[in-house]
Amino acid sequence: MAKKMISIWFFIGLLLTVYGVLILGAGIYDLIVPGRHNVVLRELHAGVWWGALLIVIGIVYLVFFRPKRTGK
Amino acid sequence: MQNPGSLMSLNGVDMAVVALYFVVVLAIGFYLKRFTKTGNDFFMAGREMTSWVAGLSFVAANLGALELMGWAASSYQYGILAAHWYWIGAIPAMLFLAIVMMPFYYISKTHSVPGYLQLRYGSSSRSLSALCFGVMTVLMSGINMYSMALVLKVVLGWDIHFSIWVSSITVALYVALGGLLSAIFNEVLQFVLIWLGALLIPIIGLIEAGGWGNMVAKIQQNFQGDYTHLWRSIGSFSDNPMGIHWTGIVFGLGAVLSMGYWTTDFLVVQRVLAAKDLRSAKMAPIIGAGFKMMVPFIVILPGLLGLAVMPGLVGEAEALATGGHSYNEVLPLMMGRYLGPGLLGLGITALIAGFMSGMAGNVSAFATVWTYDIYKPLRKKPLSDGHFVSVGRWCTILGVLVSIGTAYLVMEFASIMDYVQALFSFFIAPLFPTVLLGMLWKRTTSAGGFWGLLAGTVSSIGMWIWVKVDPSALRIIALSPGAKAMAENMYRGLWSCLICAGVTIAVSLLTKPKPESALNGLVRSCTVLPSEKHLTLFRRPAFWAGVVFVVFVFLNVLFW
Repeated sequence: MAKKMISIWFFIGLLLTVYGVLILGAGIYDLIVPGRHNVVLRELHAGVWWGALLIVIGIVYLVFFRPKRTGK
Repeated sequence: MQNPGSLMSLNGVDMAVVALYFVVVLAIGFYLKRFTKTGNDFFMAGREMTSWVAGLSFVAANLGALELMGWAASSYQYGILAAHWYWIGAIPAMLFLAIVMMPFYYISKTHSVPGYLQLRYGSSSRSLSALCFGVMTVLMSGINMYSMALVLKVVLGWDIHFSIWVSSITVALYVALGGLLSAIFNEVLQFVLIWLGALLIPIIGLIEAGGWGNMVAKIQQNFQGDYTHLWRSIGSFSDNPMGIHWTGIVFGLGAVLSMGYWTTDFLVVQRVLAAKDLRSAKMAPIIGAGFKMMVPFIVILPGLLGLAVMPGLVGEAEALATGGHSYNEVLPLMMGRYLGPGLLGLGITALIAGFMSGMAGNVSAFATVWTYDIYKPLRKKPLSDGHFVSVGRWCTILGVLVSIGTAYLVMEFASIMDYVQALFSFFIAPLFPTVLLGMLWKRTTSAGGFWGLLAGTVSSIGMWIWVKVDPSALRIIALSPGAKAMAENMYRGLWSCLICAGVTIAVSLLTKPKPESALNGLVRSCTVLPSEKHLTLFRRPAFWAGVVFVVFVFLNVLFW
């Protein structure tokens, strides 16, 4: 395994960031257009802050584990 | 749109979250193919994993869909007693693997647990163990697959055949492409998704219940019996919902079944063998133990919250008869209760990820054992490394196909689902004393190891048949006529372990041992282990094992 491998944490960061955007977007839409989903404690708007949390975690992983260019 | 008869429906965002997951796991498999050229790369992930990656993979391989759904349902049925399977039923064994057994697995450079038996006892024990493991693995994989498809059918109304084939082909592709490396990478990803997908349920559930104290009060109001104490109610068989005594938990679960599973089941041990050095290999199960201790928060707590906020769930048979909901559905019911758009997709992805990590663990371990411990010994002439990589890839696909067959078999004979824990007591409980005596007692002989393993396996299957034929035998096997299936498995495991150990010792004392020179690197008293004195305290595995053990004791006292 001589080639430089991208860290698994980078892939995780990428996926979490995209998930965060999707969930935050859905959460904000639900905030603006309420009443379509009757979940318990809906007023907490879990989608908004959970989506934001996923974006933050995802970006941290993306930055810390981004593939490094190796110059010769 | 909600399918008729299903518990909930996914919207566009939820579907995108689930679909994206499939795209990413396949992309990882295709990306890693270029890094898996040799047998060492494909079967052992190049032995280059850090302790964190190996440790998370070690836990994730065990965290299958059955685990998530099954233990949430068990906690609704038995209360907090189900947490014993995460604490005393896991932590001591994981720490024992790290500190006592890992050096011998790692130093001997074995590729598998049957491979260690080959080095220690010879080919008979290796073949017996490899065959038992192969059978158990494909059965478990098929049962996992069926249960996942059943969940998707019940929860979302998805076609059961579609779920089985799409999920299986995905796992077959990414494991066949990248081998253990791909399985491990995806297991780490799956572990993160399981946590992030399931963590909101206990958080919002505790807010709804009004905190832990109010949750306990509501459970006591809703149900008779003790559902919220770990040890207080198991002084007698009749005082707890499981019908178990503390001796079954401590000796059957803690000392035998969990030791057997976490230290000798190659499905989990393989992940640790992929670590880059001995220190990482010892740290991996310790890191895994730290995370394992926290899993009850996303598995057991939702079941307990269900008891508080959703009383009235019943057993499967009663649910079918009355049209109500079964406690087997408690986790998806909680998801539907709390998770809105997008979050529900993440929760379902967590379940699918759990299924895939469990299945990938089974098929990658199956491919290794089949290739190295069954196929290779049958081929007399030397073959190239590339040939074995190719065999491993085909074995992965073969393992998935056989698992699909098993899934359809389970569909026809639903009672096979009851036998999951029984499989462990057949094949894993007797393996533990065989490996342990081999590592710690130099007098153990090849004949002793083989006949002990055979006697333990046969006696375990024999006890199971005995109770099936004559249910009153439960009084003898499980020490109580009212013991539930879970309790029976604990005691059967304990007896088969003792029979295996007794036969191994007796036969060993009657046969000639190997010379000590042949036991170097395999037996404790014949091996000089690398010193860790040059490491600082915070880099020593023993220190972190101590920290994890203290937390484990604290949790048991806290929920006594």
